[in-house]
Amino acid sequence: MITVTNLTKKFGTVQAVQGVSFAAPDGQITGLLGPNGAGKSTTLRMLATLLRPDSGDALIDGESVSTHPIEVRRRMGVLSHASGLYPQLTARENIRYFAELHGMERRAADNRIVELANLLELSEFLDRKTKGFSQGQRLKTALARALVHRPRNLILDEPTNGLDVMAVRNLRALLHRLREEGHCILFSSHVMQEVALLCDEVVVIAQGRVAAAGTVASLRAEAGEATLEDAFVKLIGTAEGLN
Amino acid sequence: MRAIFTVFRKEFFENLRDRRILLSALVFGPVLGPVVLAALLQISVSKGEATFEKPMTLQVVGAENAPNLMTMLESRDIKIERREMTEQQIREAIAQREIKVALQIPSNFAERWSRSEPAAVQIFVDSSDQFGGDASAARVSRAINSYSQQVSQTRLMLRGVDPVSMAAVVVHEVDVSTPASRAIFALGILSYLTIFAMLFGGMYLAIDATAGERERGSLESLLTAPMPRAHIIYGKIAATASYMLISMALTLTACAVALQYVRLEELGMSLSMDALTTIKLFAVSAPLAIFGAGLLTVVASFTRSFREAQSYLTFAISIPTFPLIFVGLLQVDPTPLAMATPSLSQHFLMMEILRGETPVITDLLLSASVTALIGTSLCWIAGRLYEREAILG
Repeated sequence: MITVTNLTKKFGTVQAVQGVSFAAPDGQITGLLGPNGAGKSTTLRMLATLLRPDSGDALIDGESVSTHPIEVRRRMGVLSHASGLYPQLTARENIRYFAELHGMERRAADNRIVELANLLELSEFLDRKTKGFSQGQRLKTALARALVHRPRNLILDEPTNGLDVMAVRNLRALLHRLREEGHCILFSSHVMQEVALLCDEVVVIAQGRVAAAGTVASLRAEAGEATLEDAFVKLIGTAEGLN
Repeated sequence: MRAIFTVFRKEFFENLRDRRILLSALVFGPVLGPVVLAALLQISVSKGEATFEKPMTLQVVGAENAPNLMTMLESRDIKIERREMTEQQIREAIAQREIKVALQIPSNFAERWSRSEPAAVQIFVDSSDQFGGDASAARVSRAINSYSQQVSQTRLMLRGVDPVSMAAVVVHEVDVSTPASRAIFALGILSYLTIFAMLFGGMYLAIDATAGERERGSLESLLTAPMPRAHIIYGKIAATASYMLISMALTLTACAVALQYVRLEELGMSLSMDALTTIKLFAVSAPLAIFGAGLLTVVASFTRSFREAQSYLTFAISIPTFPLIFVGLLQVDPTPLAMATPSLSQHFLMMEILRGETPVITDLLLSASVTALIGTSLCWIAGRLYEREAILG
C-alpha cells in the first residue's frame, strides 16, 4: 500500500513535482500516466527513496520515505528507468547480490532465485554473463532482482521501453499474476494502450500535478471521450487551462 | 557491517573477471616495476664497469712521441691503439661515434719534456655523448695527472727541493657510505614504482565502482538496497584498497626476485631484499592503500563517465607519486612534517629499511597514523558524497 500526500520536489528553479497526492492500494495495478517530463520519474524516485521530497510525504505500508528510508526499501522492489546489470556477473549472480544486500541467507536466496527463474522464464540464461543480453533478458533479470526479497510493493519506471511485443505481453501477464497475489504495483508510462490494458487505476500527471485520477472508464466518462487517449489529451489540456 | 562485506565481496570477485582491471592490478605493476628497476640498476652496474673496472681501449695519435707515457697507461689497464689521424679526422670520428675518446701527443712532446717545460697533450671527447665517453676521458686524464705529479716530484728532488713543500693543503676524501647506501640512490626508484603500482592497481576498480556503476545504470538499483548509502561506498573502497594491496605485494615480491638477477655486488652494493625486508616494506606502505582508495573514490565521485574518471584519476595518481622522483635529487630531509605526509613518509621509511636501518618508532607511528587518518577522512567524505542526490547524475 502506497500513500502519497502532497509531494513536492524542485531541481534548481524547476518545480518538477508540485503537490502530488494519490494512493495505490494492495492487489491493484496503479498507473502513472503523463507526457515526458511531467514528473512521473521524479515522483517514483522519491518513493524509491533515491530523492528526498522537499515537502509532503509518502508512506509505504505505513513507513515514511523521509524518516525511515531503509524500512521503505525493505518493503519495496524497484525497477528503475535505467536498470543496469553488472556485465561481468551472470544473471544468477546479479540477482543473488541483491538478495544478499537485502540480508537473505544463501540457501533462501538460492531457492528464491529458482522460483523466480521459473516465474520469469529465465532459466536458460541464468548462468550466463549478462554482457550481451537482449533487452528482454535484461528486463527479466532486473525484475527478478527487484522481486528477490519478496517485496509487497513494486515500483516500475517505464518498464516496457524498448521491449518487443512478446516481452510486453509476458510482462503484462506477470504483473497480473503479482496483482492476484495481493501485491501493490505502481508503474509509470507514457503509452496509453499499455496503461489502458494493464491498470486498474490511472493517475494522470502533467506539469508536476495530478490532473485526474480514476479507472480508465471513469476517466473516459469524466472527459466525455471514447478513448483513453482523447480523454488524456482533454484532461491535460484542461489542467493546463486552469493554470 | 554485513552489507559492507557483501558489497566488498561482489566488487572484489566481479572485477577479477574484468581483463582491463586485472591487467592494471595484477600485471602492469608487478611486471613493469621489476623490469624498470632491474634495467636501471643494470645500466648503473655496466657504467661502473666501463669506467672503473673493465680494461678500456684508447685511440692514441702520436704515441711514438711519448713511449713512457704509453707504458704507464697500459700499466693502468688502458689499452693503447696507435692511429695515424689528423685532428680533423679525430673530430669527425668522434662525431660519428666511431671512437669515444682519443689522445693526441704532439711531435714536440719529447723536446719540451726533456727541457722540463710543460708538455701538452690533448684528449678529445664528446662530453654530451651518453655512452660513457666522458667517464673514460676522466679516467685517462686522472692517470696522466698522477703520472705528471710523480714525474714533477722526481724532478724537484733531483733539484734538491723537498716535494712535500709543494703541497700546502692535502684533501683526503673520506667516503662513509656503506655498500647498501650506495645502492640506495638507484633504488630510490623502488618506492616510486611500488606506490605507483599500488595506486594504479586500484584505479580501474575505483572508476568501475563509481562512474562505471552510474554509466551502466546500475547505481539507482543499488541505492534502493536497504542499507545506508555510505556503507555501499565503504564496501567499494575496501575492494579498491584490497586490489591496491595485492598489486603492491606482487610488485614488491617481483622486485625482490628481479634483484636476485642484477649483479649488484659488482657495483660494491650489498643490497639484500630478502623476505623479511619485503614484508617490512609492505607493512610500512600498507596504510597508504586506505588513503589511495579514499582519494581515488572521492575524485571519481565527481565524474560523470568512465572516460572522464579515467583522465581525472590518472592525474590524481600522479599527485602522490610524481614528487617521489625528485625527492632524491632535491635532498628533502625526513622532517616530522615529511613523516606526516602520505606517500612521502612511506618513501622515507622504505628507503630506511632498504638501507638496512631500523626506522624510529615515532616515525613509523606518525606515518601510519596520519596516513590512515587522512585516508579515513577521505572515506567519510566519499560516504557523504554518496548521500547527495547529485550522485545519481
